[in-house]
Amino acid sequence: MSSLSRDDVAKLAGLARIEMSEAELVALSNEFTVILDAVARVQEVAGADVEATSHPLPLRNVFRTDVVVPSLTPEEALSGAPAQEEQRFRVPQILGEE
Amino acid sequence: MIRSTAAEMAAKLVAGEVTSVALTQAHLDRIASVDADVHAFLHVDTEGALAQAAAIDAKRAKGEKLSPLAGIPLALKDVMAQKGIPTTCGSKILEGWRPPYDSTVVANLKKNDIVILGKTNMDEFAMGSSTENSAYGPTHNPWDLTRIPGGSGGGSSAALAAFEAPLAIGTDTGGSIRQPAAVTGTVGVKPTYGGVSRFGLVAFSSSLDQAGPCARTVLDAALLHEAIAGHDPKDSTSINAPVPQVVAAAKSGDVKGMKIGVVKELNGDGYQAGVRARFEESLELLAKAGAEIVEVSAPNFEYALAAYYLIAPSECSSNLARFDAMRYGLRVGDIDGASAESVMNLTREVGFGKEVKRRIILGTYALSSGYYDAYYGSAQKVRTLITQDFTNAFTKADVLVSPTCPTTAFKIGEKANDPLAMYLNDIATIPVNMAGIGGMSLPSGLADEDGLPVGFQIMSPVMKDERMYSVGAALEAALLSKWGAPLLDKAPIMGGAK
Repeated sequence: MSSLSRDDVAKLAGLARIEMSEAELVALSNEFTVILDAVARVQEVAGADVEATSHPLPLRNVFRTDVVVPSLTPEEALSGAPAQEEQRFRVPQILGEE
Repeated sequence: MIRSTAAEMAAKLVAGEVTSVALTQAHLDRIASVDADVHAFLHVDTEGALAQAAAIDAKRAKGEKLSPLAGIPLALKDVMAQKGIPTTCGSKILEGWRPPYDSTVVANLKKNDIVILGKTNMDEFAMGSSTENSAYGPTHNPWDLTRIPGGSGGGSSAALAAFEAPLAIGTDTGGSIRQPAAVTGTVGVKPTYGGVSRFGLVAFSSSLDQAGPCARTVLDAALLHEAIAGHDPKDSTSINAPVPQVVAAAKSGDVKGMKIGVVKELNGDGYQAGVRARFEESLELLAKAGAEIVEVSAPNFEYALAAYYLIAPSECSSNLARFDAMRYGLRVGDIDGASAESVMNLTREVGFGKEVKRRIILGTYALSSGYYDAYYGSAQKVRTLITQDFTNAFTKADVLVSPTCPTTAFKIGEKANDPLAMYLNDIATIPVNMAGIGGMSLPSGLADEDGLPVGFQIMSPVMKDERMYSVGAALEAALLSKWGAPLLDKAPIMGGAK
């Protein structure tokens, strides 16, 4: 039986950049016990001799000739920005003080 | 007028018996009269739709050659970017966002002069089977307003069933076009993966997502299919091959000599009695129409649901990382001195709903080192086995069939707190997405026990989409002559008949 503790969920939420309340962490931890048991069934048939499929199509690089085509104007690209400054996205502080 | 098929409306437009402006206005009036109850739409673009319709009427008056669906109104699932029009994906995190570009599907609709009425409700980021996961409230099934219209594309299916639009666009990652079609008595088609461009379709699970047509008849779906399909240089997974001749197939509806494979594993226990009865009846009608019914086995399909709920959350955890509060959408907690990371954490807490968070966390776990092989890696192997099952089955049959869903529409709220029960809705539709093949659902009647619509699913091999249209058209014609009128005539009349 697989399970995820409240602390496991908290760590995953941190990795996924989602703030979670204590109640949410506990609820998800309980749900995951059931969900992980259900999805772990894939292991029953996933033998070493079976190849993995990541995509329904044989993926390959698609190239085109390097021709300039019309693209978004700076105004259009910034039209949905939560904040902007000097024709740039204004974002919160990314680096530390030092 | 609004109860006609899109093909009938198109004939009237060509004959000059009606204008696109009048047709569009009739649907806008219908939306105004019934959508407070149905809640199929998140945004209605009255001005834009009427302007587009007027421009099409002007072109027609000048004698310009127009596409077969020119002037017909359509409802667009809110997961498709449309320039300047709010696109929320049913999520708070995109509230107020107006894309600066058109998705390729929208560009194709505009090129074909199809009038876009507005954006339809959906489960947040297409994650769900009931449209209850929309941040903007659920959509109601026109057959019974206390029931779900399916999901994730419940807004599109409900708009069709309530005669708010004759055509709609859906997207199908695990059944989000076909299951809503089944529970609302409408037609929905998931084309072959790569058949319709994903450019501008907000990504949930990129290796599974596929846009497709929703309509009230097989021919209408085919006409819309050909309008939106085709190679797109902006989507590297778009198939560079001619579009399957689905309109010709829908018009002929010839199944003589075709082998139709009944998938043994997608029937039986767990399927409602009325669903099974309608399925058996449809098989008899197809046999009478000249098809040969054979049984096929797909032993690995029983693992499809488990594999799907690892693959889709894994891809979603990666795809939804783009909602980082930096370049567009919601931003929360941007106070002086707050770090970018804290703004991201707070924004995603407020912006995402419960199911989206659940899947992001599950996907993050399935992809994490130490668990990758056991979960995501194993799921990818199951995907290979499912594809092999299809390949084997298609050596014995030209198309495969099953009920679309195990049950008819359930009550709103009934399964909202049981994620696993909710996931079971997609048990018969998921294998198609895993293999990237085509799938269609069309109405096969009403279940005796509850009087609600039942869907019949047809699956066709990669880029042989025309086969499901042939079979769908044959079954539709046989059922129509049995019923004497379209199934939707049995649905409750809303807002007065027109």
